[in-house]
Amino acid sequence: MTDTPPSPAQPTSPFQYAPAPESRSIVDLAPSHGLFVDGEFVDATGTPFKTVNPATEEVLSEIACASDADVDRAVKAARRAFTRTWGPMRPADRGKYLFRIARLLQERAREFAVLESLDNGKPIRESRDVDVPLAAAHFFYHAGWADKLDWAGLGPGPRPLGVAGQVIPWNFPLLMLAWKVAPALATGNTVVLKPAETTPLTALLFAEVCRQADLPPGVVNIVTGAGDTGRAVVEHADVDKVAFTGSTEVGRSIARAVAGTAKRLTLELGGKAANIVFDDAPIDQAVEGIVQGIFFNQGHVCCAGSRLLVQENVHDEVIASLQRRIGTLRLGDPLDKNTDIGAINSAEQLARIRELSDIGEAEGAHRWQPACELPDRGFWFPPTVFTEVSPAHRIARDEVFGPVLSVLTFRTPDEAVAKANNSTYGLSAGVWTEKGSRILAVTDRLRAGVVWANAFNQFDPTSPFGGYKQSGYGREGGRQGLAAYLEGAQ
Amino acid sequence: MTHVLDPDAPAAGIAPRRQPPAPYGDVTRSDAAFRAFLHGLPGVDQVGAEARAAVLASRSIKTTAKAWAIDTAISMIDLTTLEGADTPGRVRSLAAKARRPDPTDPTCPPVAAVCVYGDLAGVAKEALAGTGIAVAAVATAFPSGRASRAVKLADVRDAVANGADEIDMVIDRGAFLAGRYLDVFDEVVAVKEACSRPDGAAPAHLKVILETGELVTLDNVRRASWLAMLAGGDFIKTSTGKISPAATLPVCLVMMEAVRDFRAATGRQVGVKPAGGIRTTKDAIRHLVLVNEVAGPDWLTPDWFRIGASSLLNDLLLQRQKLHTGHYSGPDHVSVD
Repeated sequence: MTDTPPSPAQPTSPFQYAPAPESRSIVDLAPSHGLFVDGEFVDATGTPFKTVNPATEEVLSEIACASDADVDRAVKAARRAFTRTWGPMRPADRGKYLFRIARLLQERAREFAVLESLDNGKPIRESRDVDVPLAAAHFFYHAGWADKLDWAGLGPGPRPLGVAGQVIPWNFPLLMLAWKVAPALATGNTVVLKPAETTPLTALLFAEVCRQADLPPGVVNIVTGAGDTGRAVVEHADVDKVAFTGSTEVGRSIARAVAGTAKRLTLELGGKAANIVFDDAPIDQAVEGIVQGIFFNQGHVCCAGSRLLVQENVHDEVIASLQRRIGTLRLGDPLDKNTDIGAINSAEQLARIRELSDIGEAEGAHRWQPACELPDRGFWFPPTVFTEVSPAHRIARDEVFGPVLSVLTFRTPDEAVAKANNSTYGLSAGVWTEKGSRILAVTDRLRAGVVWANAFNQFDPTSPFGGYKQSGYGREGGRQGLAAYLEGAQ
Repeated sequence: MTHVLDPDAPAAGIAPRRQPPAPYGDVTRSDAAFRAFLHGLPGVDQVGAEARAAVLASRSIKTTAKAWAIDTAISMIDLTTLEGADTPGRVRSLAAKARRPDPTDPTCPPVAAVCVYGDLAGVAKEALAGTGIAVAAVATAFPSGRASRAVKLADVRDAVANGADEIDMVIDRGAFLAGRYLDVFDEVVAVKEACSRPDGAAPAHLKVILETGELVTLDNVRRASWLAMLAGGDFIKTSTGKISPAATLPVCLVMMEAVRDFRAATGRQVGVKPAGGIRTTKDAIRHLVLVNEVAGPDWLTPDWFRIGASSLLNDLLLQRQKLHTGHYSGPDHVSVD
């Protein structure tokens, strides 16, 4: 049970960091998990499946699979809780529960971080320093809103919608749960949430936190399973609101399923973000931003800066700096506190990254990877940079969802904007320049939900997040995010 | 009556300026050209630099790596006493500690240098004879640098004559902040020349103290670093230790980037010395991590990286004893100096 992949040493340095693994003894992995329905852990009727540690392929636990009937039970429990307890409750009291959950997330932060890294493959540095603190921040932020909705600028007396059916992805299992559950509860809705098939463990630990917080039964229900379970949640007739984060392909089918019903829908889908580096950018920090943009969470980020648009006159300098920097990234055991790049979440995802990378090479782009040993077991892909990419290449158009960067060049601000917007997606973008007026001029013209200036992949609960075009619709976070869960608030 | 049509034209009667190394040979041809060059260096985004330094500071260094880092840090220390009350006795006592930092453990490496005021360089030289430990002397009206150039150069020559192997000079921050970059450049060049010895022996190593706490912005830190390197400084050093803030990780980050880029451009390697404010083993290790990941392992030797400190050594020794014995001892288990 304690298999850990070795951290390959940096061959040229006399400074070999000794392994610094976070202890996994803090998490108590049950051999099997049920569903969380109406405040209880219950058995499911579907065929159970296993969740593995992507860094070692070790089986972590057996997970229940919710059938249509199980989902129905969960939705009924959520409806009951909505009409009897959670809906009628004084908003200030709802806020107290959310504050309690937020504090419990902080108290059990280490447990959540270790479990997240085990189940997802992401480095403990990121789950410990980013995912878990941000998840707690979302509950704190929305707890504050619970009794102030009249003043959110969404019209007088906004009312909750009812039961929210929520389906979340595997890249940020706990954080996406917080993004979905916190605003739903703060606005008075109840929730049926389906975590991703490959990363259900932190959602189930969150269910325990709900019990610990004495949250009334049925307010939060967690149903585990694969695509069919998600479909059952989305298509259930008694669900008032559907929220989905995941692939554009699945998002489309959900939009079709919801069309013609009274259900409200928000979608947060794929992206192919442009990270634009002008010649006057602070180069060292821009390189950090490029690394943060595409290699954070192994590139499993819907708003990852996967297209680097660099001004032609500094291309060589930026690429040389970037390659040197990538050479210092440490890939290996996700539980080692010094690991920068962890494992790819699943064999399927690894296959897709490999396929798209091979296509990139076949199209004529130049592939570069650092000299980097990969562990023998588990799912691994080294950080990869494609140069000489043209906007016509698939590697510049398709979302890879992995540590693969495509580098394009531009000559003028107009060309940068045209190339950045030349995408079916529009979730995020980055602009790097020391010139303030250029930041404003360029960001104004970028069709992207979030634009970072001299930064990338920075998140905050107060800042609305969402996309243009095939990156979906609706916003999460901020005052705008509340609108998706309120009636009379359009 | 003559009119100066070319502002870049050198004034008549002044010795030609010492040229910076290729490919920067002409950037000091005029004040305007030098300012344009220094202000054309890539900017530093302060938020980004601080974030990067914070990530590097969160590296977890354990056991074998820690043992290596502690010994390396000890071997990089410029053990320093810069008090008005310094006496020959105190310098000799410090020299004894420099040779054998931990008298109970002969495997403990000696420090790199002992750093004193110029008038005591001779005492230190004698006390350290035959040990390989260098004598560093602060000069140029340290720490303020507020004296005429003739006085500063005399200060340097005096320290060199007293046997100093290394000269720690301060730049004229007033001139730098006023934008008189060529004045600062010329002064570093002059000090570097004053480091040579009349008998033809190897000149003293020149460390240029930027006093980054008074330069304030990271853009200024980068510009001052380049200025000092172009003028021939062998080391760039953060601080005198008399001004707060002294050495910080973001400042050291920018200086490591500067020496890395300078070597890539000119082929010449310059060392870095953070000084002041590094008091704990944790701080020292964070700096080593930064050196390792920003500039690379080539700088991880006392030839290219020094730590200016006085109280740091004892904390390193206590941590070293802890690694060897498994438990903490206490301040009485290391010598006061």
